[in-house]
Amino acid sequence: MKTFKMLALFAILALLLGACGGKAEEKVVNLYAWSEYIPQALLDGFTEQTGLEVNYDAYSSNEELLAKLQAGASGYDVIIPSDYTVSIMIKQGLLEELDFSKLPNFTNIGEEFKNPEYDPGNKYTVAYQWGTSCLVVDTSKVTRPITKWADLWDAEFEGRVVLLDDEREVIGMVLNVLGYDKNSTDPAQLEEAKAKFLELMPNVRLFDSDSPKTALLSGEVWLGQTWNGEAALAYQENPNIAYVFPEEGCTIWIDNLAIPKGAPHKDAAHQLINYILAPEASILITAEFPYSNPNIAALELLRTANPELYEAYMGFSATNPSPEDMQRLEFVEDLGEATALWDRIWTEVKGGE
Amino acid sequence: MPEVHNDLSAQKSSLVKTLRESPKAQGLALISPTIIYLFIFMILPMILVMVLSLLTRGPYGNVIYRINVDNYVRLMDPLYLRILWYSLSIAALTTTFTILIGYPLAYYIARAQARQRSLLLFLILVPFWTNFIIRIYAWIMILRTEGFLNNLLLNLGLIKVPLYILYTPTAVLIGMVYEFLPFMVLPLYTSLEKIEAAQLEAAADLGARPWRAFMRVTLPLSVPGMIAGSILVFIPAMGMFVVPDLMGGAKTILVGNLIRNQFLVARDWPFGAAASMLLLLLTLAVTLYYTRKAGFGEELLI
Amino acid sequence: MSEKKPALWLRIYTILIYGYIYLPILLLIVFSFNTQKLNVRWEGFTLHWYERLFQDQDVLEATRNTLIIAFTSTIVATVIGTLAALALQRYRFPGYTMAESALYIPVIVPEVVMGISLLVFFAQIHFRLGLATITLAHIAFSIPFVTLVVRARLHGFDRAIEEAAMDLGANELITFWRVTLPTIMPGVLSGALLAFTLSLDDYVITYFTAGPGATTLPLRVFSMVRFAVTPEVNALSTLWVLTVFIILLIGQIARRKQTQR
Repeated sequence: MKTFKMLALFAILALLLGACGGKAEEKVVNLYAWSEYIPQALLDGFTEQTGLEVNYDAYSSNEELLAKLQAGASGYDVIIPSDYTVSIMIKQGLLEELDFSKLPNFTNIGEEFKNPEYDPGNKYTVAYQWGTSCLVVDTSKVTRPITKWADLWDAEFEGRVVLLDDEREVIGMVLNVLGYDKNSTDPAQLEEAKAKFLELMPNVRLFDSDSPKTALLSGEVWLGQTWNGEAALAYQENPNIAYVFPEEGCTIWIDNLAIPKGAPHKDAAHQLINYILAPEASILITAEFPYSNPNIAALELLRTANPELYEAYMGFSATNPSPEDMQRLEFVEDLGEATALWDRIWTEVKGGE
Repeated sequence: MPEVHNDLSAQKSSLVKTLRESPKAQGLALISPTIIYLFIFMILPMILVMVLSLLTRGPYGNVIYRINVDNYVRLMDPLYLRILWYSLSIAALTTTFTILIGYPLAYYIARAQARQRSLLLFLILVPFWTNFIIRIYAWIMILRTEGFLNNLLLNLGLIKVPLYILYTPTAVLIGMVYEFLPFMVLPLYTSLEKIEAAQLEAAADLGARPWRAFMRVTLPLSVPGMIAGSILVFIPAMGMFVVPDLMGGAKTILVGNLIRNQFLVARDWPFGAAASMLLLLLTLAVTLYYTRKAGFGEELLI
Repeated sequence: MSEKKPALWLRIYTILIYGYIYLPILLLIVFSFNTQKLNVRWEGFTLHWYERLFQDQDVLEATRNTLIIAFTSTIVATVIGTLAALALQRYRFPGYTMAESALYIPVIVPEVVMGISLLVFFAQIHFRLGLATITLAHIAFSIPFVTLVVRARLHGFDRAIEEAAMDLGANELITFWRVTLPTIMPGVLSGALLAFTLSLDDYVITYFTAGPGATTLPLRVFSMVRFAVTPEVNALSTLWVLTVFIILLIGQIARRKQTQR
């Protein structure tokens, strides 16, 4: 009986410990960000400096981030939503206002990234990285020049295309091919886009937002749609990888650091954000995940600290688009009520095998 | 004061007395932790899902509290019925293949010598207890374009161009069968093992040839095992989303993927809930069908 | 058992099938030593990935979490489940059928549905997702399995011993503790082992009930397979398979010793 009581007690204790685990660890900050986006070295440096542990959980899309937050049971302190997602979140009251007195390093961010359209007055977010989602081609496998998205539909690419697992990117791209606005809410245009998308499906080998470069490098696919950072990383491993800004246009996006409403460790969150904004930390991001960096102090530091990397960064169109390239870029915007319609099309095309 | 005290201890001792003397009370006491726990963490959540399925999604993925059956109507759309049908087919195919592949194996083990038998069983259990994601990953390594299989066939000159297997429904099927094979072999083995040698000998004595004996004696007697195995394979297979996710290239959508997407990407919780209810109904139907044939049986217990 | 040797084709078939079962695992193990990061071609032998594995904070933390959850849920589920088994096997009480049916639910309900229902539930009561929610979920699906196994064990239990003990003056509790429990212990341990394995291996339900910083090993492996496909995954897999192998081996030897007694 005694042993039985002890066992039961132990069980309850263990359970409580597990439950209390979260609360007892006040020296922690919970980060929820894209996968393959924040270097471990940066997080380790942060822990060394502040003594705060970082829990890094990952999501694959803005929708997944929104879904988890809307589940109401999150507990995250720092998140990295993209531009249009920030608009949605502000509208829904899901973000905390930032205390800029705690973010002295904010001055490092380039002027054009302050006070963005999706966060008027710049109250809730700080730019993290920006980039583009355009065409990537393995020129060793595809010898003819590829200049437009429409090329993906070619019969010779059956089963050789990779697309991002992201409805805004993919359906937006299809709309562009049809000559429509990538943020269209017109049901007729969307129906057309759905049909066109279905036509592309035989060519699509897989949808991958987490690591599209893997399929590219392993030879599963020859071309497709990817984030610029992934293309840059693939290029490092295989110089035959080219990044193309297609004629029809592609997406420019800005990812932002933000604090969700009700975050348990707001102070620690601010510390982390401020740390990321420091040039020494920021260049670590560029070194490991070569997206485009809005932190001009970091780029300055990069120029002197690691000229080779700086040259590579400046030289490759994926990280540093030219003014002509920039002409072809467009932001993704919040669709409002039409979101449900887009979601439905996405489900229907992907499920219609 | 002393009277209150007496009352309490009187109450206490009468409670203990009831427990001691009434078997009903004892039974109830023993089962109560289970009932309470399962009610809170299993039944209640599912009731919530049922209620959720009758609500609607707001423009930003929130929930509007207005009872309606829109979600169910939407599920009747051919697209979703196709997804459902697809899941059923894959589950059925998986079950069939595991029976076809697993039966001879189970048969061999059941008839092997005791020593060999425990070794063979042990060898089946090792992959069985190994985490299934790892096993799927192993197959990804084999099936991809520059994977083991293609390299082997290319080197042997059997094919000129790599086979395009990974990220297709075929790959998904291969993965599912591999995953569920032990779930079929073990119950089959249990029921095959129970078949008395005496019965087989009797059949032989009566002039039946081995094949006949098998068809008329062994096979029918192993049906409970097949049924138990089928339940263990078919039902999880219907709701499976990991294998299609990893091996189907996120292109093959089964009911499990649909449900998951509704909750974690499309953010249409009510619709996802409705799809879950539909899946649940199907699995219940399948279970009832099977158990009417032969009950759950101890074949489930390894 | 018939002493006749099984047909040749059957033997060959069996060998082939075992090959089919083990080939992927063996490949996994072999390629965990590959120097090439992309792991498409064999380049050379190295233990580098194992080193990386032991320095990988995420993996170590995931392992720690997985074990905490597994142990906790196993203990609780085993206790509750054993009591339930006793109740169902020996008593008749109002609500018996309902209770019995409730226990069959996790077997019938697909994991996806159970997972999302728990997600909905925790979201509704605003209980933050984390280790606690995962553990609570694991206990829920383990209880029925423990009950099933222990009930099977209780099936052939001859109550005469218990009656004898009581005749000798022991009360119910002592009888249970000194007589019943030791006899059904193998069943209880079997149930516990089953619960432990179910918890250790669970992906789907854990996926829906996990929260910040509460990663388990299966979740981590999934991420590794999805995102960073380096031989480190192979190294982790190899260690896992080895651990399973050793544990089962110990179990096998222990069982043999017991039957020898």
